[in-house]
Amino acid sequence: IFILFLVLKRLPDRVKIVEVGPRDGLQNEKTIVPAETKIRLIDMLSDSGLSVIEATSFVSPKWVPQMADQMEVMKGIRRKPGVSYPVLTPNLKGFQAAVEAGASEVAIFGAASELFSKKNINCSVEESLQRFEQVMVAAKAAGVPVRGYVSCVLGCPYEGKVAPAKVAKVAKRLYSMGCYEISLGDTIGVGTPGGMSEMLEAVSKVVPVGALAVHCHDTYGQALANILVALQMGVSVVDSSVGGLGGCPYAQGASGNVATEDVVYMLHGLGIQTGVDLPKLMDAGAFICHSLNRRTSSKVSQATHCKL
Amino acid sequence: MGNVPTTVKHCLSHEQLARDYPWLKRWLVEEKEIVPTEVKVQLIDRLSDTGLSVIEATSFVSSKWVPQMADHTEVLQGIRKSPNVRYPVLTPNMHGFQNAVSLAAGATEVAVFGSASETFSRKNINCSIDESMLRFEEVLNAAKDQQIPVRGYVSCALGCPHEGPIDPSKVTEVAKRLYEMGCYEVSLGDTVGVGTPGSMAAMLRSVTREVPCRALAVHCHDTYGQALANILTALQMGVCVVDSAVAGLGGCPYAQGSSGNVSTEDVLYMLHGMGIQTGVDLSKMIAVGDFICHSLNRKTNSRVAQARGSQL
Repeated sequence: IFILFLVLKRLPDRVKIVEVGPRDGLQNEKTIVPAETKIRLIDMLSDSGLSVIEATSFVSPKWVPQMADQMEVMKGIRRKPGVSYPVLTPNLKGFQAAVEAGASEVAIFGAASELFSKKNINCSVEESLQRFEQVMVAAKAAGVPVRGYVSCVLGCPYEGKVAPAKVAKVAKRLYSMGCYEISLGDTIGVGTPGGMSEMLEAVSKVVPVGALAVHCHDTYGQALANILVALQMGVSVVDSSVGGLGGCPYAQGASGNVATEDVVYMLHGLGIQTGVDLPKLMDAGAFICHSLNRRTSSKVSQATHCKL
Repeated sequence: MGNVPTTVKHCLSHEQLARDYPWLKRWLVEEKEIVPTEVKVQLIDRLSDTGLSVIEATSFVSSKWVPQMADHTEVLQGIRKSPNVRYPVLTPNMHGFQNAVSLAAGATEVAVFGSASETFSRKNINCSIDESMLRFEEVLNAAKDQQIPVRGYVSCALGCPHEGPIDPSKVTEVAKRLYEMGCYEVSLGDTVGVGTPGSMAAMLRSVTREVPCRALAVHCHDTYGQALANILTALQMGVCVVDSAVAGLGGCPYAQGSSGNVSTEDVLYMLHGMGIQTGVDLSKMIAVGDFICHSLNRKTNSRVAQARGSQL
């Protein structure tokens, strides 16, 4: 099996963590927290050494009430030099509002599954890509970098299995449009190392591996193993969420995002630099879990705080 | 690195009912509830129907240390022994061994437990590593006479709760001794779950110089969420035997409230997803996990079971 030979390949010396807790995490939590809690969380994350923190989303508050305070959050956070604070923008309108709020980087969200695209953003994959072209044109003109996401890369809650070729097609379109990086998301966490390597093999033929990131969900406990395989295949950007914030909307009660603390623990154990101070990161996790009145999903945090 | 054939590799899952060493005494006492014999027997019988080929049934450590396993003989007498399944039991010394293989209990495979950490050995079984090895040699000699296979365990293979990081050469030394004494397989345990793929690879590189890969197993704890990544690393290096516990039973006595054993369901999900055969039926395993969690009145630690049980 191909991936069983991967251990021979060199791992990256450095990995960039893209912290999605304040956006992807909080967006998928039942409890809505006020703007000042979000701002404090982002400020604490800024102090932990992270270099990318996804701050909020300019999707209409009608769809995502958790992110209704997007303007206030963008204006309230302390922008640490050297740290980037991308925001989600589903269309041109969202992009314009984001720039007005002071955003200097944005992200757009495609899907590798037609059904998922229709059910979630009410249009086909092709239609969504056309909307994004509009955002890209405006972003280029404004000098704003754009990150592209592809969801359902290892499986779809409606379609089941997703062909690696389809993922590659969407990733390539986003990259050719001008996205500087493509984050490949295992949206429902069903992927395993075999599927991850197959998918990455297909995608890295059409998008340089240096422009790829993985966004693994831990719904089936596979996230760290999947991330490890991605690293072995040359990926050096990993998305994660402090405290493992953000459950899975397709399996109520199940976990969703992989916990940043657990990812950082693994990376540091491998001798890979991240620039992140794990104790400070855990403090940020403890703070937001306390505010949400929920237990952390991070095993590292649980173990560290439970020492006899 | 290991020579991994391109054909699908067969993996055995070792199923552990519950951890059963003296140092678990505090945890078990705090558990308050001692699992009744018939629940244990039912659990093992259900596990026997899932396709597992090895199920660690009980322990012949003194019940003074491990009251949870006081019913060891009744359990062995009570279980339905499936023809394709082996039921090893823990035996810390000659006394335990003799009780295990007695007519009453009838064990046909046993296991001995060494440690890669001196401090851990002293604190837990009240003797040095060398002294424990002498005890095991007695067991191995008696086992050889009766043609009883013996499995060896090395705890603290990736770190010790008292000593911190453990030198791979020490793990190698202990693993080699157990193997040369006659253990057919040596299970390397990340007892406090602190290991990562980096330390797993370094440790295995060292051990595989002295003990053949096919005689090695990994026993990873998920206390820091690293178990599956560590198991994957071990597979990539040629290990093809993995220990796990249904529903991730067995917390960590060194971090109360934290998880311990990796869940069999999560391991199976990964292996099957990679096209590796195990012979085990995942759905049946999830059902067994449901059963034991219900009996113990606790939530499963398996993410796969949580996800499957929560489908909208």
